[in-house]
Amino acid sequence: MMKFKILLFLLCMVPVALFAAEPRIPLNKAPIDTADNASLQRGAITFANYCLTCHGASFMRYNRHRDIGLDEKAVLEQLVYTGQKAGDLMLTAMREKEGEGWFGVTPPDLSVIARSHGADWLYTYLRAFYRDDTTVSGWNNLVFDRAAMPHVLYKMQGSQILEADDDIYTLHLETPGTMSPSEFDDYVADLVNYLVYLGEPAANDRKRIGFFVMIFLFGMLGLTYALKREYWRDIH
Amino acid sequence: MSKNAIIEWIDKRFPLTSNWKAHLTEYYAPKNFNFWYYFGSLAMLVLVNQIITGIFLTMNYKPDASMAFASVEYIMRDVDYGWLIRYMHSTGASMFFVVVYLHMFRGMLYGSYQKPRELLWLVGMGIFFILMSLAFTGYILPWGQMSYWGAQVIISMFGAIPLIGDTLSQWLLGDFTLSDAALNRFFAYHVVTLPILLVTLVFVHILALHEVGSNNPDGIEIKKNRDPQTNIPVDGIPFHPYYSVKDIFGVIGFLIVFCAIIFFAPEFGGYFLEHNNFIPANQLQTPDHIAPVWYFTPYYSMLRAVTVNFLWIDAKLWGVILMAASVVIFAFLPWLDKSKVKSIRYKGPIFKFALGMFVLSFFVLGWLGMKSPTPLYTVLAQIFTVIYFAFFLLMPWYSKIDKTKPEPTRVKE
Amino acid sequence: MADTGSFKIEEEMNSRRRFLVAATSVAGGVAGVAVATPFMLSMMPSERAKAAGAPVEVDISRLEEGLLLMVEWRGRVVWILKRTPEMLETLETLEGQLADPNSEKKQQPDYAKNRTRSIKPEILVVIGLCTHLGCSPVYRKDIAPEDLGAGWLGGFFCPCHGSKFDLAGRVYKNLPAPTNLVVPPHLYLSDSRILIGSEESKESA
Repeated sequence: MMKFKILLFLLCMVPVALFAAEPRIPLNKAPIDTADNASLQRGAITFANYCLTCHGASFMRYNRHRDIGLDEKAVLEQLVYTGQKAGDLMLTAMREKEGEGWFGVTPPDLSVIARSHGADWLYTYLRAFYRDDTTVSGWNNLVFDRAAMPHVLYKMQGSQILEADDDIYTLHLETPGTMSPSEFDDYVADLVNYLVYLGEPAANDRKRIGFFVMIFLFGMLGLTYALKREYWRDIH
Repeated sequence: MSKNAIIEWIDKRFPLTSNWKAHLTEYYAPKNFNFWYYFGSLAMLVLVNQIITGIFLTMNYKPDASMAFASVEYIMRDVDYGWLIRYMHSTGASMFFVVVYLHMFRGMLYGSYQKPRELLWLVGMGIFFILMSLAFTGYILPWGQMSYWGAQVIISMFGAIPLIGDTLSQWLLGDFTLSDAALNRFFAYHVVTLPILLVTLVFVHILALHEVGSNNPDGIEIKKNRDPQTNIPVDGIPFHPYYSVKDIFGVIGFLIVFCAIIFFAPEFGGYFLEHNNFIPANQLQTPDHIAPVWYFTPYYSMLRAVTVNFLWIDAKLWGVILMAASVVIFAFLPWLDKSKVKSIRYKGPIFKFALGMFVLSFFVLGWLGMKSPTPLYTVLAQIFTVIYFAFFLLMPWYSKIDKTKPEPTRVKE
Repeated sequence: MADTGSFKIEEEMNSRRRFLVAATSVAGGVAGVAVATPFMLSMMPSERAKAAGAPVEVDISRLEEGLLLMVEWRGRVVWILKRTPEMLETLETLEGQLADPNSEKKQQPDYAKNRTRSIKPEILVVIGLCTHLGCSPVYRKDIAPEDLGAGWLGGFFCPCHGSKFDLAGRVYKNLPAPTNLVVPPHLYLSDSRILIGSEESKESA
């Protein structure tokens, strides 16, 4: 009978809002460009400094960053803090159980986070933290209600407070951080740009190769059309 | 030894030349094939693509619940050109359904299922069922959230069968829930059992086709009108070189679309690779929105459309029955269509209207299957489910009373 | 087209037709090779295999004379042997019985093309796989044992097919193994630290 219940439950497709509630604000378009290596490198450093302590990117190897213009030496200098080798996977320094103890959930692996959530979601999410005394961490988020993650980039952004007017939610900067709001937006954009790259490191190669494949195929199309016409003159 | 001598040597031991002639240079196909006739050879192309890319994927994929997701990302990152091979396979899966649906629709347009092609059509339906099973088992393998919960829903449907349901789904899963055991065996079906069946059926499909000969947009039998001297159908042309060069052109046209997707939009907006499938399977948490991949959504809509118990059967079982029926009913077309003519060109207005409504219902149901149900959507799904089935079930009646035009004796250019 | 007669297969190979068939075939061939290439490349060692095959650092400060240290590099065993002065003397004595005493065949980097087949005379670094069919020979430092005969001054003996090597990994004449044992690329990071698998002196993290 258990199965029946599961099925009925799924078939009704009741949104199961365990922690993936709908964003309370419209998502902002992430101003990113995955061909911009300078931006990707800045994002990579932010990622290594702030994200990698709790989250892993366990499908990604450090030396893969040659894609974005960081050779092995640069990778070891700028991204590796924990004595790993250049060919190692970007594992988090934190153990799974610790994460569960600290945040109630294991922080998810971020290797393909941009592919499941999208750049705009991440860009808006990372900028939508506000003070909320009712949560464990003291922070809440307009995109991801009651996110387990505290506001890690708090130092840069400063702290925001929520103003709700019916269904219209706005955030106001209460205490400024070390960056101006526009500087912080750029900073987050670089990080999101990097996360998009991280989701599919081969994406730029893919588009580059695809360009040549398409040119070749259009040539072939003309050639095979001429061939077909030539033979079909027998029939028409 | 000259080329001819070698061929002669082989011919004494293997029917090479005779087969070459029978199936290519002296297989006479109607000369009036149009755009719709590309999709048979394209389905063949996609099949070859799936087999070759599939073999290379198995070289690195691990059918283990704890490693499957990571091994797919390993293919995407650590294996040289693994991303290309994977996208060719994932895009190929969706494109397989695109070309097969168009191929089937061609059969419905021109009455290709009618006598003497009933068996050809049935073998084709067998291919379609195998293809659906391949798609289902393949979608489980990445072991993402959609893999997991999609499979959970489908397997749970077997639980709807009275008396044996629960035991049957446990037997299918090899566990009390969807787990490593199921992943492992679905992998076996996906890479061994089903491909062998599929290739065999495709072979039989082509043999059956070459036995009865191809239908055409005019729906007339070209074999009935042969040249008295040569015994060659007057409206036939040799498959090779005429249709081989034409199909090659079609292949390039198809590859332009196929490669554009692979290289520039492999997720295809979440339709070919769903966003939630980039989250590893989590048995404790269903994603807030689950929908099957686009090619299953019309049937899925019909599954959800039933909301009332009827007779002694509850709504859930009706849904499952309806969904199964919506697929199987295609197989009965040769006997449902009582029309005197094959092609839509000579069929009457009722059939044209009915086919139009069927296409509309297929698209609307497909679209609804991707949406979360609301009361309005459920009513819509119910209406279009009725239309979908009416197309088939009323066909013996409306195809008989429909006003047909006489078929010509020769094909039109 | 006149609708009376049946269709006649004209199919003459005019020059335009021949050209188009040839051009399409060539383009198709190019496409075939271009498609096959990524598939073939996908079978090369992956990034994971390359990372696992990265250079291995070995500390030999506590390696005793006459003892063999085994380390793994790219899934193969690498022997590090600290030879005693007596062992080094045998190298010259045995040269008459060896197939390639001067290491003419390229089985070692140039810096190991010498009698001891090493950078530092006493330290031997070789891959511990017989050059015959890839068994791992046994280190036999005992002198004149019963099974190997009175002439045995210590070396490596392959149990699979009986090939013998001296203490510099040089193969004896007239035995199945054709060449000396392979010396992998390596370098000294310091007096007591060897990096196996790399010749570039870069400080690893």
